[in-house]
Amino acid sequence: METFWFVAVALMLAVYIVLDGFDFGTGIIYMFVAKTDEERRLTLNAIGPVWNGNEVWLIAGGGLLFFAFPKAYASGFSGFYLALILVLWLLMLRGIAIELRSHLDHPLWRPLWDVTFSVSSLLLAVVFGAAVGNLVRGVPLNMEGYFHTPFWTSFLPGSEPGILDLYTVSTGILSATVLSIHGAYYLAMKTEGDLHQRAHRFAKVGGWALIPIILLNLLSLKNVQPILSANYSAYPIGYTIPLAAAVALGLMLYFCQKGRDTAAFFASCLFILAGIGITAWGYYPNLLISTTNQSYNLTIYNSATSAYGLQVGLIWFGIGFPLVLAYTMFMYRSFRGKVTPVSLHESY
Amino acid sequence: METALFYDRLQFAFTITFHYLFPQLTMGLALLILYLKSRALWTNDEHFNNAARFWIKIFALSFAFGVVTGIPMEFQFGTNWAKFSELTGGVIGQTLAMEGLFAFFLESSFLGFLLFGEKKFGPRVHWMASLMLFLGSWLSGYFIMATNAWMQHPVAFTVTEDGIFHVTSLWGLLTNSWLVWQYLHNMTAAVATGSFVMAGVGAFYLLSNRHTDYAKTFLRTGVTAGAIASLLLVFPTGHENAKQVFEHQPATGAAFEGLFQTERGAGMILVGQPNMETLTIDNPITIPWGLSLLVYDELWAEVKGLDAFPRDEWPDNIPLLYYSYHIMAGLGTIFIAIMVPAMLLLWHGKLFKAKLVLWGILLITPFPYIATTAGWMTAELGRQPWLVYGLLRTSEGISPLVHSGNVLFTLIGFVGMYFLLGILFLFMFAETVSHGPEPRNAGGEAPVVHSPY
Repeated sequence: METFWFVAVALMLAVYIVLDGFDFGTGIIYMFVAKTDEERRLTLNAIGPVWNGNEVWLIAGGGLLFFAFPKAYASGFSGFYLALILVLWLLMLRGIAIELRSHLDHPLWRPLWDVTFSVSSLLLAVVFGAAVGNLVRGVPLNMEGYFHTPFWTSFLPGSEPGILDLYTVSTGILSATVLSIHGAYYLAMKTEGDLHQRAHRFAKVGGWALIPIILLNLLSLKNVQPILSANYSAYPIGYTIPLAAAVALGLMLYFCQKGRDTAAFFASCLFILAGIGITAWGYYPNLLISTTNQSYNLTIYNSATSAYGLQVGLIWFGIGFPLVLAYTMFMYRSFRGKVTPVSLHESY
Repeated sequence: METALFYDRLQFAFTITFHYLFPQLTMGLALLILYLKSRALWTNDEHFNNAARFWIKIFALSFAFGVVTGIPMEFQFGTNWAKFSELTGGVIGQTLAMEGLFAFFLESSFLGFLLFGEKKFGPRVHWMASLMLFLGSWLSGYFIMATNAWMQHPVAFTVTEDGIFHVTSLWGLLTNSWLVWQYLHNMTAAVATGSFVMAGVGAFYLLSNRHTDYAKTFLRTGVTAGAIASLLLVFPTGHENAKQVFEHQPATGAAFEGLFQTERGAGMILVGQPNMETLTIDNPITIPWGLSLLVYDELWAEVKGLDAFPRDEWPDNIPLLYYSYHIMAGLGTIFIAIMVPAMLLLWHGKLFKAKLVLWGILLITPFPYIATTAGWMTAELGRQPWLVYGLLRTSEGISPLVHSGNVLFTLIGFVGMYFLLGILFLFMFAETVSHGPEPRNAGGEAPVVHSPY
């Protein structure tokens, strides 16, 4: 039962990264690929109907974590106090930037929100990557299962690390790179003309830069957190996940070369899901790894809510989750197709 | 620790108060927009579609601010109130997770249709989107109220030896007796906010002689809904709420009313200042027997005063609680005094000429916000010193390792950020109102409306 909820939470958060990931990515490359005001409006219209819904996956994933594993939720959220509040502020600025930018036609107003949108998207991508890095590396949990980390200590992973160290910064960079390419595929898929060309070119070049960054991360992983490989040794079937990631990466690059942006975008979705899958497979059954003492680790067993709670959750999750999938697919189906200058004038 | 607790409380109070300014408008408008869209679908009159479009714009603006200020609420359970989350997550995790799954997805998916889908999918889908948005936002309110109702009046749980609360019946949690009146009271208040704003904008247009057709529709809808909501706020929802407070939180009820001593035939204090030194009310103006009558329907019934309870179970800020309650109740009375006569004038076809009343409707627009804020302060200060009434103290709920300096830092950040957001919202609201509802094109075809992005 605990395992089911581990998978459910991981899945919600993975879908969040895939969905909000492309609108973060779109934000990161926004200033470079969308040059004119019309192109910027087209870009925002490409994510406009969906960005809010994408963000709900984070709230729902967080809510599910709170429900199933309250102890891990309490420990993790209070431990990463400053980083999480920073995420909140960035999410706020970003949301406001998207919503307000085009409301006013003024030469100072729009560039202000353009920069806000782009910078907050970039920082969020880095912070979420660093967050995964922190989970992998572990945090200094004490006997009560709590911790509190500053932003940085010596910038080196160790028993008393900060939120930012060499390893977590590298996962942050990895995340920003992956998501900006993910966003570029999305934008290329949703647009035409110059904007499409630039997004496509960005994805094409960026795709190759991805390989050395991934290799660097994989190599350092072994030193930072050796226990992740235990599940793979015990259940070699797990190696299919990294294999799937490699295939997805190959397909991404291949489809991009061929100019098949939609296929490349879906390959990129698969790549991100597999990437998170790799971490989740190695991480199970932990929810937070301690850098001070492995026996302090928060696992799905010592953090879970009561058996009745988990069981009754199955009922509403069984009803709610299919509904969520239905709305999401319905919405994406309805707003499929490219955004064009004409579509800017027929929102109603 | 003492100061960390203070900043934690202040930050939560500040962020939730600011947040709730937006959802109350969206929940109220959701119902009114559904009404306008239904009229449009029923009568095939483009006028109501135009009116709905205008309010959808305001709705979307308020919704966006509600979303961005809402995410910190869920986060803060973990960041600032970790111990509370750890101990009660086994109960309130249920309702909060259900809110995400059932309400947020519904709202965010169908807002896209409401904003972008009218031309593409036609009037029926657009009407359905307004229905879904209404359901989503009211469902969201329901789950939040279920969470709060459990903290006010815990039901359907057990506590294990380690102090952790576990839910024993999800059904019991969702049908908490406290929840019924609290939810109805809160949603009625949201309808009041939505309809007062709609009526206020209508009065503004009519008094300044602009968009008079729309102004009349807004006034008709807003005044009717506003008058009904104002009446329902007092009776039965407000009255029943007060009764259940006196039944289950008697110390809180006594503090509401400033009743320091237990009395038979207790009076109801209308105005007066609680004096915490002498434990009396200064300069009281009282309705004799009022309180006994209100709570027990009996002139000589005994009402327990604060002296009947140990001091460490008194709400920790009695004067503020007392004022919040009195401001809420006083404003509720004023709302009836303005909206009910306005509705009578409307029935007799005289409202649109009654300048003085229109001015009243215009000027009262911000006051539902004050009333709902005071109402929530009444509920939340009234629950003190408990997080879970009678079971878990507020001081036991904060994060063990988050220091006061960190919380003050983020509190200052939130104040700065929300100051900016507040200015932006007012600015955008004023922009939208001054732009007005899109007029119909000369040829009679649907107007060209630009994408909001």
